[in-house]
Amino acid sequence: MGYLPHTEDELRAMLRRIGVEHADDLLLASVPRAYAFPEIDLPEPVSEMEIMTELREMSEANTDLQRVPCFLGAGAYHHFVPSVVDHVLGRSEFYTAYTPYQPEMSQGTLQAIFEYQSMICALTGMEVSNASHYDGATAMAEAVIMAISVWRGRRRKVVMSPTIHPEYRETVRTYTQGMDIAIIGDYSLGNDIPALVDMVDGDTACLIVQNPDFLGRILDLSGLAERVHAHKALLVVACDPISLGMLKPPGDYDADIALGEGQPLGNAISYGGPYIGFFTCKKRYVRRMAGRLVGQTVDAEGKRGFVLTLATREQHIRRERATSNICTNQALNALAAAVYLAAMGKSGLAQVARLCYHKAHYAANAIALLDGYDVDLAVPFFREFVVRCPIPVADLNQDLYESYGILGGYDLGQVYPELEDHMLISVTEMNTRQEIDELVEALEGIVR
Amino acid sequence: MTEPIIYELSAPGRRAVSLPVLDVAPSDLPPTMLLRDGLDLPEVSELDLVRHYVHLSQLNHGVDVGFYPLGSCTMKYSPKVNEDASRLSGFAATHPYQPEESVQGNLRLMYELQEFLKSLSGFDGVSLQPAAGAQGELTGVLMMRAYHQSRGDARRNVLLIPDSAHGTNPASTTMAGFEMVELKSDARGNVALDDLAAHLSDRIAGMMLTNPNTLGLFDQNLPQVTRLVHEAGGLMYGDGANFNALMGVVKPAELGFDLMHFNLHKTFSTPHGGGGPGSGPVGATVALAEFLPGPIVVSETTLLDAVTGERLPEDVVDGEQDMGVEGLWYRLWMPRRSIGRVKSFYGHFGVCVKAYTYIRMLGAAGLTDVSRMAVLNANYLQAILKEAYPLPYDRVCMHEFVLEGRVEGAPDVRALDISKRLIDFGIHPPTNYFPLIVPEALMIEPTETESKQTLDHFAETMIRIAQEARENPQLLHDAPVNAPVRRLDEVRAARRLVLRWEG
Amino acid sequence: MGVQVDPECLYTETHEWIRVEGDYGYVGITDYAQEQLSDIVYVEVPEGGDAFAKGEVFCVVESVKAASDCYLPVGGEILEVNGQLEDSPDLVNTDPYGEGWFVKIAIDDTDELDDLMDAEAYAEFAEQAEEEGGP
Repeated sequence: MGYLPHTEDELRAMLRRIGVEHADDLLLASVPRAYAFPEIDLPEPVSEMEIMTELREMSEANTDLQRVPCFLGAGAYHHFVPSVVDHVLGRSEFYTAYTPYQPEMSQGTLQAIFEYQSMICALTGMEVSNASHYDGATAMAEAVIMAISVWRGRRRKVVMSPTIHPEYRETVRTYTQGMDIAIIGDYSLGNDIPALVDMVDGDTACLIVQNPDFLGRILDLSGLAERVHAHKALLVVACDPISLGMLKPPGDYDADIALGEGQPLGNAISYGGPYIGFFTCKKRYVRRMAGRLVGQTVDAEGKRGFVLTLATREQHIRRERATSNICTNQALNALAAAVYLAAMGKSGLAQVARLCYHKAHYAANAIALLDGYDVDLAVPFFREFVVRCPIPVADLNQDLYESYGILGGYDLGQVYPELEDHMLISVTEMNTRQEIDELVEALEGIVR
Repeated sequence: MTEPIIYELSAPGRRAVSLPVLDVAPSDLPPTMLLRDGLDLPEVSELDLVRHYVHLSQLNHGVDVGFYPLGSCTMKYSPKVNEDASRLSGFAATHPYQPEESVQGNLRLMYELQEFLKSLSGFDGVSLQPAAGAQGELTGVLMMRAYHQSRGDARRNVLLIPDSAHGTNPASTTMAGFEMVELKSDARGNVALDDLAAHLSDRIAGMMLTNPNTLGLFDQNLPQVTRLVHEAGGLMYGDGANFNALMGVVKPAELGFDLMHFNLHKTFSTPHGGGGPGSGPVGATVALAEFLPGPIVVSETTLLDAVTGERLPEDVVDGEQDMGVEGLWYRLWMPRRSIGRVKSFYGHFGVCVKAYTYIRMLGAAGLTDVSRMAVLNANYLQAILKEAYPLPYDRVCMHEFVLEGRVEGAPDVRALDISKRLIDFGIHPPTNYFPLIVPEALMIEPTETESKQTLDHFAETMIRIAQEARENPQLLHDAPVNAPVRRLDEVRAARRLVLRWEG
Repeated sequence: MGVQVDPECLYTETHEWIRVEGDYGYVGITDYAQEQLSDIVYVEVPEGGDAFAKGEVFCVVESVKAASDCYLPVGGEILEVNGQLEDSPDLVNTDPYGEGWFVKIAIDDTDELDDLMDAEAYAEFAEQAEEEGGP
């Protein structure tokens, strides 16, 4: 019961050694008696067998993506996860350890993170990667704080693109609400890249854009860094890791900070979490970067080994002057990402990216031909595209789900008033041609 | 024993995974200037990959490998059923933007977990969104700020933090734009009431208090502390890192805390994952619940289809009531004056599934036993070890205690040496050099899941090390010798930064 | 173990030194400070042209265990920073009053020098701090 091992005899022996009669004497020695042992209202406990039955029933009350075609993306993506990923995650030497404070006993975690950092650097084309943040949204919030800190608080303005994930933008605002900074640029979809660059001035700490953006479009950001750097501001780019299997990485267009949501790299979609925010920057800013960082060194015999390094940036040493309050990273999710990247390798990730790209274009081309629907095929996009629909997206999605058993796209009108009746459709390697054809037929059928 | 870096195993053209062939006609690729040139990822076979990670895992110590008394981290055993539960495809394969009717199971689980945490803590509202304890803290400070501002009391921007607090508390304070004032502890390890009284003013937003504190001691001045802070118009924030000592023992809300974060990975066995993912839900009293980050899950009683369990549309409900049965419907909801979201989506749902599983299997009496036994195990070890090492605060402890890592007759031996020697015996060292108010601190938290045999073995090992320190201190300075690597050169790592494989 | 001082310098209670040369001054941290910090791994220096008031934080010095703020002994503008520290922060450990200097400043107001300790006074101050178990 309760995974508590002591026998009655052992309990008696231990209490005798401590010198009390009852275990509760220990609690009552400290806890005010008036408040001790309150009534706790919880359901009666169940056995392991029963809890799995209960949970299976609860989980089956959901419609999961193994059972229905899904065209939802918008920041969380349904990608293939090779079996090997979960088998590595299942090694309990990894998942029952904690932050590697004692490097001699944690070389497994440390080397795995070092390799993760190496692969994320390769993927993004950036010089330095940390050991990860909670998710893409918080990674972006940390990027803003870092940019402010690079300027030691002397610049108080942040220019943010409106086509960054709306929940990332909200998270940035939540994190910075006590910091007295101005966040501008994202109030209107009319603010495209040239308009945003015009807002960058001598008081701007950074410009943040997302590529591919929230609407799925691939942006040409060449030359952007130059214009941002002319004002000595930082260029922060949120990017999608799968897209980097084929698209130019942010390091190639001179971004100062690149970050993103790492969930598509081998992590379960799991109703929104736990995910992993990857975070990279130029080496010159490494001491302003928050989060854990693993470095290579040698042991007393000169053998290669790994340690947490630059810990003096962190909360447990710098306290109120730390770069951030973050303590942990998403170590197990970073492990999943690393195993995924190594399993895919250079040709596998490129292939996944191309599968997404071509299938998304196949779907977009077909939907564009339907009466009443409109797709802008002139802009380059990766695996998501915007469809203007003849009826409200909520009604369309309800019909798709109830009559056709399809999870439709994301209703953009929820977050952009300009895009009422516009749906964001995501297509990945998980969507077969048959599923796409069914979606197209259903869209046609619903408005007929 | 070292393992090559994954890149060193790479051979051009090798690959671990097969993917389906493209089943649609390819489209034109975007212009070349948008495409990348090369991608330097490793190329390995699946077997290479599996052996590599199995080897790496073997270089690690985890709770499943051996004793892990890392203070303030609650390294308890996590039931295996937790892992199976969170991997059920009905949970793991659901998208956060699915319509609510297609995720009633998820929403119900989250709702129930919110209710469980409320029952255990006495709070009126809980948000599961914060990703970890540190984020829970930031959430709490931002909520305090929002609360004072909503009352037109924006001048309150100072937080009181005891000198025994985790470094996270001051860091969270700064992130929220607040200032901190450090409070002294008294000779018994409690908050010093005179120092507290001296710092109270109309600029105080509140106080952050870890209870039991990082010395493992329940603050005996707590009733006076909460009364004084409240009288000064401040709020009490509880750092719930040490909640493993309190389940079924006291409810923080009844003790006067206004808000608190939980650490699901510590208290509710979700487990630690090598340093994440954690989960740091925040609970709040009725006055503060409307500021919680969201969305959170609410339920309503409504008419459901008797066969499918789906909610009936309004017009059906009005017309043909006999078709439905009364039932609960769950939906996402943003608290009215929320500080906003602190991350994307709804929190670490997969971690929440594990915590739910744990709480359901233990129930109220079982969880109370957990805390009871966590406290018993700590006091048992403290009783034995205080004879071998200095115990700066000698009183009944809660779930952990702090020794000084010093041995009489061995002046050169430090806490670090004792810790490194423990590694040679296959035991993870306690937390070192924290809290800062104890010199050479060794912070020991055995947790409730360890047997008397394990505790006895640890105590014997610690006593043996004290003896070695006197007789052959070099053994300790050289330790570890039985680990995969010897002591690592941290200075070199920081001076000559190598943060990625460079070939 | 005695505290090493340089007789040419003036000192702060926060363990910085300044060597005055006319209107200019070289600034670093004392032998006692580097000893307390142990192996220094990084010195974060300001940019040339930055100006600081007396007592303002102008540098952060890091060991693997701690990061400490350094306070400018007198107000002034940064004229030059010690570029060698970027690759060899250990110079602060090996030669704190020489090669391990941090910045060269233009002193705003030489009157502010009057508040500083001379080498003898500082040696006594640091020895007392050492007896009390560090700063």
